[in-house]
Amino acid sequence: MSLVSYRDAVRSALRDEMLRDQRVILMGEDITGYGGSYAVTKGLVEEFGPKRVMETPIAEAGIVGFAVGAAMGGLIPVAELMTVNFALLALDQIVNSAAKCHYMFGGQWSVPLVVRTVSGFGQLGPTHSQTFEGWFASVPGLKVVMPATPADARGLLLAAIRDPDPVIFIEHSLLYSTKGELPEGEAADEEVPIGSAKVVRAGTDVTLVAYSRMLLQALQAAEELERSDGVSCEVVDLRTLRPVDYPTVVESVRRTHQLVLCGEDWRTGGFGASLLSELSDRCFDDLDAPIQRVASPDVPMAYSRQLERSLIPTSDEVVEVVRRLN
Amino acid sequence: MDGVETILGADPEAMVSQLLELGRDLCLRLFEGMAGLRAFDDRAVILQRQGRIGTYPTFYGEEAVQTASVVALEERDWLFPTYRQTAVVTLRGCPPLVPLLMWRGHPGGWHDVMRYRVAPVCVPVATNLPHAVGAAWGARLRSADWVALGYAGDGATSAGDFHEACNLAAVTGSPVIFLVNNNQWAISTPLRRQTRVQRLAEKAAAYGMPGLRVDAFDVFACHRVLRRAAELARSGGGPTLVEAVGYRLGPHGTADEPALYRSPAADRLWAPMEPLGRAQLGLVSAGLADAGELAEIRGRASARLLAAAEELERSPRVTLEEIADTVHLSTPWDLSPDHLREPSWAAAGE
Repeated sequence: MSLVSYRDAVRSALRDEMLRDQRVILMGEDITGYGGSYAVTKGLVEEFGPKRVMETPIAEAGIVGFAVGAAMGGLIPVAELMTVNFALLALDQIVNSAAKCHYMFGGQWSVPLVVRTVSGFGQLGPTHSQTFEGWFASVPGLKVVMPATPADARGLLLAAIRDPDPVIFIEHSLLYSTKGELPEGEAADEEVPIGSAKVVRAGTDVTLVAYSRMLLQALQAAEELERSDGVSCEVVDLRTLRPVDYPTVVESVRRTHQLVLCGEDWRTGGFGASLLSELSDRCFDDLDAPIQRVASPDVPMAYSRQLERSLIPTSDEVVEVVRRLN
Repeated sequence: MDGVETILGADPEAMVSQLLELGRDLCLRLFEGMAGLRAFDDRAVILQRQGRIGTYPTFYGEEAVQTASVVALEERDWLFPTYRQTAVVTLRGCPPLVPLLMWRGHPGGWHDVMRYRVAPVCVPVATNLPHAVGAAWGARLRSADWVALGYAGDGATSAGDFHEACNLAAVTGSPVIFLVNNNQWAISTPLRRQTRVQRLAEKAAAYGMPGLRVDAFDVFACHRVLRRAAELARSGGGPTLVEAVGYRLGPHGTADEPALYRSPAADRLWAPMEPLGRAQLGLVSAGLADAGELAEIRGRASARLLAAAEELERSPRVTLEEIADTVHLSTPWDLSPDHLREPSWAAAGE
């Protein structure tokens, strides 16, 4: 089995769905000749033409509003917002239009659109290195996914495009070049269901819950803790942030009795805060210690490389938090 | 008014000949449409004052623009309303009870979107405009020949979505009409504080599309101008910005008091422009209808709304399940309505 990058996995899902369903169209800034800011859509305009791979003006609210209208008109738009930071400009269209059309009209009109966007860092400064998945995950009417591996990126994007509701699909800039195996043959067409978490490493002492890039950090921390401390960590990849697969997490905590939530967003109001609240309700009697969190400190991201490094949550921090527990 | 197309404001001879050209059937259809909208608006305000519906944005004075927007387009064309055009769907055959139920927060108030081709109402101003563009462009992509019309007020032209929608429509050549009802007031903000451009139609030039101005109190002129814009869009000519120039004859809504911020003298000056009375004067002087016949049309419309209001009283109460069931089309297990009543810890204790 050959290894495929996260980037190519996303592209393969886009391409296959465009081949499968004529209604699937792509829209976004710099997604044609340039191939997208992270080169995800490279080659697609050559294959599908500028009507189905549509280069838009710089207008995030317009792009999402346009996609909502196109979805109403019977298409399945996959809108690319260059990064999640620019999604702020489209927040009204996402929250008040995409997420509400179905509800406010008695379920008559679904909005089957996907907003693909990118979270991450890399010396891009305070306005371009933010992490907002928790905001989207708090909105009824949206589904929010954040894959960590190439296989999940493909499988979840297939599911997102086929889903009749609006889905926010958040990729990670630091994952694009990571590689993994993709399912082949008939399994290649299989979706990863939205709303299903996955135990990616079995363990007995602590449950680490993570998603997107933090999954890799959690796995690295688990190796380190096994090697140096003899602590056995179970690692759960959440994969979907709305709806959360709580039963998978709760079952794991029943085995390990300790829980650490790993995220990249801010500690205050971050997605981990909402997870913590729900899981402390659901797991209270099974827990031997308070639930711990790994999150970004409440400051804007630094531009300086070494300061940025000190702000981004890493596997070292996960190791430290687990050591405090034990 | 400078550069504003009008029929009822033309000299009497020109007016009569233009009305005759439109013909009695179309003229009466336009009048009847306005009568239906006026009856709806009158009744809705009464119901709000009685506490039977929620806060309600009246459209008194906007009947000409709204009626023309429906009649000038074909039934297959899509309309993208804001909160002020919730009754236009009744001109497509939807019973008035339906939008009245909407203002009561009742699921029965969700008009049949696909049947009437009137999109769900958008409340944040200008946010409906990108939808109109996306839908119209999608239609073009699939070789359908319908056009889309998005409603806006003068205040909405300051919003970012207005700009993004106009630009997207022009650059994609989408078959869209942006219908800007310039009533000079965005709640309490007058047009001069909204923009330095005195003619909103001029904004069209910045996007490379035509901008037309029409008398907002003249249903016949509105019809003619919107018909022209629709024909242009349908034939592949792209979007048009239509500015209907008028004045907000009533308050912004039932929670507003215009005397706090504008002169009642100005209101009195504009009052005679009220579009039904003005249309009636034109029709009678052109010999296309007599006053009794027009009064009968209005009486029928009022009676219909009174019946709808009575039916409103008999409508059952809403349940939480009915509302929660429609958050998603494909409801994930964890977001199902059952969970609304269940404390979150219940699932963990099984």
